[in-house]
Amino acid sequence: MERILTRNVDKHDSETIAVYEGGGGYQALRKALSGMSPEAVTDEVKKSGLRGRGGAGFPTGLKWTFMPKEVGKKPHYLLCNADESEPGTFKDRLLMERDPHLLLEGCLISSYAIHASVCFIYVRGEYVRSIRVLERAIAEAYAKGYAGKNILGSGWSCELVLHPGAGAYICGEETAMMTSLEGNRGYPRLKPPFPAQAGLWGCPTTINNVETLANVPFIVERGADWFLSIGKAPKNSGPKLYSLSGHVKRPGNYEAPMGLPLHELIYDLGGGMLRDDRPLKAVIPGGSSVPVLRADECEVDLDFDSLAAKGTMLGSAGVMVMDSGTCMVNALRRISHFYAHESCGQCTPCREGCGWMERILDRLDTGEGRQADLDLLHDIGGQIIGNTICALGDAAAMPVQSFVKKFRDEFQYHVDHKACMV
Amino acid sequence: MLGPDFEKRVDAIVARYPEPKAALLPVLWEVQRARGHVDADAEAWVGKRLGVSAAHVHGCVTFYTMYKQQPSGKYHLQVCTTLSCMLRGSDELVEHLTRRLGIGVGETTPDGRFSLVRVECLGSCGTAPMFQLNDDYHENLTAERVDRLLDSLP
Repeated sequence: MERILTRNVDKHDSETIAVYEGGGGYQALRKALSGMSPEAVTDEVKKSGLRGRGGAGFPTGLKWTFMPKEVGKKPHYLLCNADESEPGTFKDRLLMERDPHLLLEGCLISSYAIHASVCFIYVRGEYVRSIRVLERAIAEAYAKGYAGKNILGSGWSCELVLHPGAGAYICGEETAMMTSLEGNRGYPRLKPPFPAQAGLWGCPTTINNVETLANVPFIVERGADWFLSIGKAPKNSGPKLYSLSGHVKRPGNYEAPMGLPLHELIYDLGGGMLRDDRPLKAVIPGGSSVPVLRADECEVDLDFDSLAAKGTMLGSAGVMVMDSGTCMVNALRRISHFYAHESCGQCTPCREGCGWMERILDRLDTGEGRQADLDLLHDIGGQIIGNTICALGDAAAMPVQSFVKKFRDEFQYHVDHKACMV
Repeated sequence: MLGPDFEKRVDAIVARYPEPKAALLPVLWEVQRARGHVDADAEAWVGKRLGVSAAHVHGCVTFYTMYKQQPSGKYHLQVCTTLSCMLRGSDELVEHLTRRLGIGVGETTPDGRFSLVRVECLGSCGTAPMFQLNDDYHENLTAERVDRLLDSLP
């Protein structure tokens, strides 16, 4: 397949505006500003069926239509979610480090579509390189008249503001990101009101992921029908970045049409299992918060609806591969440690529940587990899911419930033998 | 607090936002870059400059894991040990570093050169195991590569 999102990443100096323009960059922005109304841009994105690449898969064009049609007393904001923090996911980093202008062009066109006068790009603090590359790219875009006042003589103005995070997984959650950007601890808040009604400083705000925004210039330039011709139309279309990690020979980012078969990712693109004597045991297909798949469930296409049919999620498309040498109790313990560490502490079920799950898994893993622990793990998850302000609680509970259910014999072995069966 | 150049940088950051308070995270980064960490004096100064209480600033400094309340070593090693890195040997990497540096996780060498911490996913899962040394990622690490890197540091 023709590479779309990653067409520039291997070019020399790919992060410079000269190389980006040389490959046809900023032509989509020119097209939108010279010949399309903001509504026409939104319509095209809506028609394309583009769904958010950050995890939830919500239709992007539809999200944009929730914004007020015209700017009233309050300014509109676009917030680019570049806080990529879901374990197993490193695709946005590739785009930011190697093709920052693609993201900026996506930010600008999307801002135009929703009448935003400022686009904030919230980058996780650890991505120092991404931040430096984007800072340079933003300066270049201003110097060339693609950002700032009266962009390309269109009369439309938009500022680009890079905002560094400082190490908090929760800030990838959209309401926490807004709270954080406003200068607070990154606490999520209840919805409604939805960000399109009352977002940053109470103003209409749309939050979109990096990869989502990177698709926008192509949709504007080539049209919704082109986008729908890739992948599995109508609901799972377009190019997709998959982050492959764990026990494979060639981990890394791979671009493919949405709906890439999981087997193709592992065995063709990824070069197969890391060790020939250790076959596939399990895959987490969408970042560590989604339910795990056993090897016998891995005949599946990597798209929103195919994975949902298997009881899991595409999420952020961070595909984590585990071979037969992996202790599932130990693996889950590591995942639960992550969520216990990252729970913001606001909601009791999540704050306490994540700690309980982690401590139970600690004792199971070290041979101190009790028989009641297996059901207890499931029950704690049930008490968290749906009972918290944001989805972090669900994200912590889903892997626990699925690991214990699908690998129960292994957990049981830990209880019975005080040791691991692997 | 840190001279006119520093305050000019802070002014420029504040000007990007509709409210000064929103500049909190980037201003704390400026403080940490200039002083190596964020202490109570700095929190008070930042609070005054941005129109929030020192307690609010302290609440944020303690919430975000990347702000250091104490100085770290000259070379701050942050090893990712989340699942993908664990599957590719991050625990062995931590063990190698503790042996080589003679310190435990969360400690600093007596000469102040190295500090070692475990951190959660750094988004480098395809190039695991890895650590962040000050600002920079070092990926696809082996014991030999780590030794070569540490030996080469000035």
